[in-house]
Amino acid sequence: MKPAGCAMSDRASKDLLLDMKDVHIEGFADERWHPIIKGVDLQLHRGEVLGLIGESGAGKSTLGKAAMGYTQPGCRFTAGEVMFDGQELSGMKIKDKRHIWGTRISYVAQSAAASFNPAHRLLDQTIRASKRVGDRSEQVLKSDAVDLFRRLNLPEPETIGLRYPHQVSGGQLQRVMTAMAMSPRPDLIIFDEPTTALDVTTQVEVLSSIRDLVAQFNTAAIYITHDLAVVAQMADRIKVLRYGEEVEQADTRTMLSSPEQDYTKSLWSVRSLEKPEKSGEEILLTIENIDAAYGASKVLHDVSIKLPRGRTVAVVGESGSGKSTTARVITGLLPQLNGTVTFDGAELPRRLRDRSKEQLRRIQMIYQMADTAMNPRQTVGEIIGRPLEFYLGLRGKEQERRVIELLEMIELDASFYDRLPDELSGGQKQRICIARALAAEPDMIICDEVTSALDQIVQEGILNLLQRLQGEFGIAYLFITHDIATVRAISDEIVVMWQGKVVEQGMKQQILSPPHPAYSELLLSSVPEMDPDWLDNLLDRRKHENVSDPAQTGQDPER
Amino acid sequence: MSDSQTQHAAIAETSTVRVRRTRWQRMRILFSRAPLTAWFGMVVVAIYAVVTLFAPLLAPYGEAEVFSRGDAPWSREHLLGTDRIGRDVLTRLLYGARNTVGIALGTTMLALLIGGSLGLIAAINRSWLDQIISRAVDTIMAIPGLIFALMLLAIFGASILSLILIVGITYATNFFRLTRSVSLNVVVMDYVEAARLRGENMVWIMAREILPNILPPLIAEFGLRFIFVFLFIASLSFLGMGIQPPTADWGSMVRENAHWITFVPFVPFQDAFFYGLKPLLPAGCIALLTIGVNFIVDWFIHETSGLRDV
Repeated sequence: MKPAGCAMSDRASKDLLLDMKDVHIEGFADERWHPIIKGVDLQLHRGEVLGLIGESGAGKSTLGKAAMGYTQPGCRFTAGEVMFDGQELSGMKIKDKRHIWGTRISYVAQSAAASFNPAHRLLDQTIRASKRVGDRSEQVLKSDAVDLFRRLNLPEPETIGLRYPHQVSGGQLQRVMTAMAMSPRPDLIIFDEPTTALDVTTQVEVLSSIRDLVAQFNTAAIYITHDLAVVAQMADRIKVLRYGEEVEQADTRTMLSSPEQDYTKSLWSVRSLEKPEKSGEEILLTIENIDAAYGASKVLHDVSIKLPRGRTVAVVGESGSGKSTTARVITGLLPQLNGTVTFDGAELPRRLRDRSKEQLRRIQMIYQMADTAMNPRQTVGEIIGRPLEFYLGLRGKEQERRVIELLEMIELDASFYDRLPDELSGGQKQRICIARALAAEPDMIICDEVTSALDQIVQEGILNLLQRLQGEFGIAYLFITHDIATVRAISDEIVVMWQGKVVEQGMKQQILSPPHPAYSELLLSSVPEMDPDWLDNLLDRRKHENVSDPAQTGQDPER
Repeated sequence: MSDSQTQHAAIAETSTVRVRRTRWQRMRILFSRAPLTAWFGMVVVAIYAVVTLFAPLLAPYGEAEVFSRGDAPWSREHLLGTDRIGRDVLTRLLYGARNTVGIALGTTMLALLIGGSLGLIAAINRSWLDQIISRAVDTIMAIPGLIFALMLLAIFGASILSLILIVGITYATNFFRLTRSVSLNVVVMDYVEAARLRGENMVWIMAREILPNILPPLIAEFGLRFIFVFLFIASLSFLGMGIQPPTADWGSMVRENAHWITFVPFVPFQDAFFYGLKPLLPAGCIALLTIGVNFIVDWFIHETSGLRDV
């Protein structure tokens, strides 16, 4: 474990491993070369962990890959040098780079599930790169890999390597990928958002095992993320990027306690967003004793939730807890087996096709991935205009005027009318989705992880917008999320779900303050905080209290 | 929420594409980057299109006009000579373009219409209907196409209408499979779910949400299938079950002149070349169009796949 803080003075004296000077990278898009990285310097010593943060499009992944002397197809180095242990990488022949990639520098990608070859066993893939070096026999490598699996706290380290990628969970796969990166004992590992796709409870495990291994083998690492709390746990030093340029750089504690630039400060302030809770009198939506199943596997057990008019109920839980399934039952996409959904005093038909247009209009939905929620071949005007025409019968000039009104409501303007989704940023896309939901003039909106795919600053904008709209139009939100910071920022009431059951339900303050049922405790304590000692303290505490993942030990969540 | 925190303006967020171009500008960029092979294909197709549209104006004689001398060599009156029963070969080639290409185009469109709409329905429905259509398509595909078409043509008679219908249905199976599989990737998108939640009917979802997103592979498939249909009809004509005389078409022209392949060694040496060309000319017309369309489709697939050369 990293004894946080003591490291800086030692590390400065250690040898310089990676020295990137004035790196410029351009990308080809739209028939032109655009600068992506505009002259960034980066130094990394042996055994040091550097955190790269910034919003999407800031160039952090591009810079991370450039540290390997690699640019994605359609990108090129235009200036600067990348010195890795005395060798210049950016101009090196691909043939020579292959001797370095995978063995001396390895890379851990964001989506482990997409990065493994589904046709090979995990163990074979783990030792693939080391085998190429050829200095250790296959037997040695295999037992070394098993040892790595054990150190990464993977279940059944002896045999898990014999499984195929689809037979293990996402968090386990991410750890196997870390083992794969570690296997050749590289000098440098690039972690590109390795925990972004994981649940908070899993994230803690992956973070602590990554950190231990890096410390044990004295490996240098570049840790790319947009989650400040995560980077605070992992990095010795933090570099903030924006628009392909360095904003500032400092060691982690300095950076957290006294950031210098306004931009960095604004990044830091986002997580402090909080709204006072309000209780609601009139109940808009009630779901009672819902059971639901996909085919033979039952995913919801006796779920009951109440949503007051004009208020926000946050549904929290990790993936597989039935949050989204509950939303599908409410919308009628998945007819429930038992139980009732009552909306504004009347019971809703179970099936989507039995519901009236008016019933459909009053419940709208916003999705996590704004990219896939909008038809890429329709313009913003068409996307927002369709519900206006469909539900309210607005056409022609009248429709256009209303679309522009809606665009202004979501803090965009008429210039967006003719744009295609491709021409929008992530936050703008999500705003358009909000406008589409708003166009139907609904009583409630189901928000399914609407901010999880966005950067912190953009998240804040979206959350503020949703708040404002709720104030103006009295819309109720059923807000599905796994991020507790978001819950604090937006909700009045909280429902905690675990394995298809409601564990706890109540007003925000009551749920967020102890005592908690075991599962809520685990979920809440797993949310990273902006304190570099948080992970150490948490692991310490868990060791004493012997709280572990209830999903693994089969512990009853309600105890 | 306080205003001090909202220093961030949503309008100012940068997005991927900053330059807006008109359709015309985009087309110009596209064409300026087209490789030589694509230009070759486009020129070939353009020439064929002109010939197809203006065959009666371009042809020196009538389609089935018979002259006194059969098997005439190339001359001023008959630029490419005459065939066995004395019809002008150039005229027949020009009309043949109209008939062969026109019928193949109509057939392919019919196949696309049938296969495409069934594929879309199957992809959206995904239940017993999908099963029924898919298994029926499997059954048709299990029967060798040429045998199947020959059998049906023998039953229903070799008229142009039954030719189009039979070949169209045979080839609809390919369109069905492609449409179904690419639609399946689109059907699971959130925007399709959003449309369903809005209460849109199936036709709207098919036409407005799914179709625009699967168009590029369908167009590419259309190009390739057109060639297959074209060759298929030419083969049927060569076998005598396709387009019937006196209507001119390239497949039957190859057959009518095929005997020269055997007889060329026996004609005087100076004429051998021209006689040998008689079956080769219509065959060459078929080959040229095939290659031209293939070049265009290759280019189109490359452009729409979004792959970049490194």
